Amino acid sequence: MNIENIKKEFPIFDDKVQNNDLVYLDSANSAQKPKMVVDRIYDFYTKEFSNVGRSVHYLAVAATNLYENTRTTVQKYINAKDKNEIVFTKGATEAINLVANTYGQKYLNEGDEVLITELEHHSNYVPWHFLRKAKNIKIKFAEINNEGEITLESIKEKITSKTKIISITHLSNVTGAILPIKEIVNLAHSKNIPVLVDGCQSAPHLKIDMQDLDCDFYAISGHKMYGPTGIGVLYAKKKWLEDLPPYQGGGGMIGEVKKEGISYGDLPNKYEAGTMATAQVIAFNESIKFIQKVGIENIEKHEKELMNYGLETLRKNNSVNIIGNPKERGGVISFTIEGIHPHDIATILDEDGVAIRAGHHCCQILHDKLKLTSTARASFGIYNTKDDIDKLNKSLENCKKIFNLK
Amino acid sequence: MNLKELYQEIILDHGKNPRNLGKFDNYNKDAKGHNPLCGDDVHVYLRLNENKKVDDITFEGKGCAISMASASIMTEMVRGKEEIEVKEIITDFLKMIKEKDELNNNILKEDEKTKLMSLSGVKQYPMRVKCATLSWHTLSSALENSQEVVKTEK
Repeated sequence: MNIENIKKEFPIFDDKVQNNDLVYLDSANSAQKPKMVVDRIYDFYTKEFSNVGRSVHYLAVAATNLYENTRTTVQKYINAKDKNEIVFTKGATEAINLVANTYGQKYLNEGDEVLITELEHHSNYVPWHFLRKAKNIKIKFAEINNEGEITLESIKEKITSKTKIISITHLSNVTGAILPIKEIVNLAHSKNIPVLVDGCQSAPHLKIDMQDLDCDFYAISGHKMYGPTGIGVLYAKKKWLEDLPPYQGGGGMIGEVKKEGISYGDLPNKYEAGTMATAQVIAFNESIKFIQKVGIENIEKHEKELMNYGLETLRKNNSVNIIGNPKERGGVISFTIEGIHPHDIATILDEDGVAIRAGHHCCQILHDKLKLTSTARASFGIYNTKDDIDKLNKSLENCKKIFNLK
Repeated sequence: MNLKELYQEIILDHGKNPRNLGKFDNYNKDAKGHNPLCGDDVHVYLRLNENKKVDDITFEGKGCAISMASASIMTEMVRGKEEIEVKEIITDFLKMIKEKDELNNNILKEDEKTKLMSLSGVKQYPMRVKCATLSWHTLSSALENSQEVVKTEK
């Protein structure tokens, strides 16, 4: 696999950013876009545009087919049993809100417990917090160990007879820990508890298989998968989509509308109210095709190599303190440098064209636990090379120089 | 823009060894500030005496070099000034950080202005302006007796 050739497919790397070659180490936040994705949006709007699922004219039918093609591509990519188990949303955030809202409405009552973990992104905590406020439910947090991992044991400890749903990340966007999802799902199902998995960080980087994982819900973000913003996926087992109430009301999601009452549409329309992000859905097909072309196994292997090289390089740098040491780890390295605030690190790195993220990465619960307000984070994508990591390290040396650290 | 202009010796010094850090007992005004972007916090304490003069001012907080230095220098600038003067300095500082390249108030001495101007490099880094302004907005809020936590995102 030739990374330089793959990198050429991403127009963002053609030009300099502030007179520097771009070293993009912020893919856990959002990934860059290959040309085929960008072109697809342009082509759709200039040659093929129409709304989907409503009119009978040629363009409408063609657009509807394109839109549904993406659903089939996603179904195959994540090995879902049924095409109608794929619901398009505006992002993973909306996917989790959809479940919290509809499942919460039907199945959660005062005193019931939702089990999440200390690793969760705010998008997998705040939607449950709304239910805590509205319905007086409890939120329990499975605790991380010293390596920044969530083990099966830590989940087990927090399950009670009141636990009504478990909602957990597949791959931490801070420590990089990969959770033992299959084992957790097995355990939960043995107690009749459904499991929602936040797959934002895993879907772009790991092979994921819904029938193998057997989880009930899985949330995916499009823009982290080299796709457009404004598009995400909720995978849900068909039994849940049939059982749960609709999320938003509007056009497209109805069966029949009368003054006396309303019936709802069949799947997947029931959960796709209003005009959807049509162009983004259609272009998202290209991002998955891009991943398939490179091969998810190749991506996994490449990013693992990068991460090992990154860990090795940063560990040699005595000033750098790496957050977490999980055995199963995705391409995310969060770190601090004693004496330099992460935002100062990020500003100085930016001057060298090295784009990282600094802050709490929408994980304040985890940062509180670690007694930190913020960390710096380098995260990898298919276009990164070992050279990028060398540049990161060189730039970190420059930080130390500016701050007069040894 | 040169990073050396942003991270001048004086900023690094105040960032590392902030002056007037901590809380004092008989303050009569205070306010909290929070930057949701990075999670940084600042808490400003001051005592206005019967002549509406700032007798003492300190702050507590943690943050980046820019935010700590800005808070530290701020406490030095406004200590001993009258409330009305403090408000003018705040307005002048915020304008300098966001738009102009100079300070126009007649309250601070030239060497004080030079010290304060060391923060002007932040203007070139739009994402970092909030780091420099948080403590100043918080001071403003303390003078207004506002109970609300100042947020940089508004």
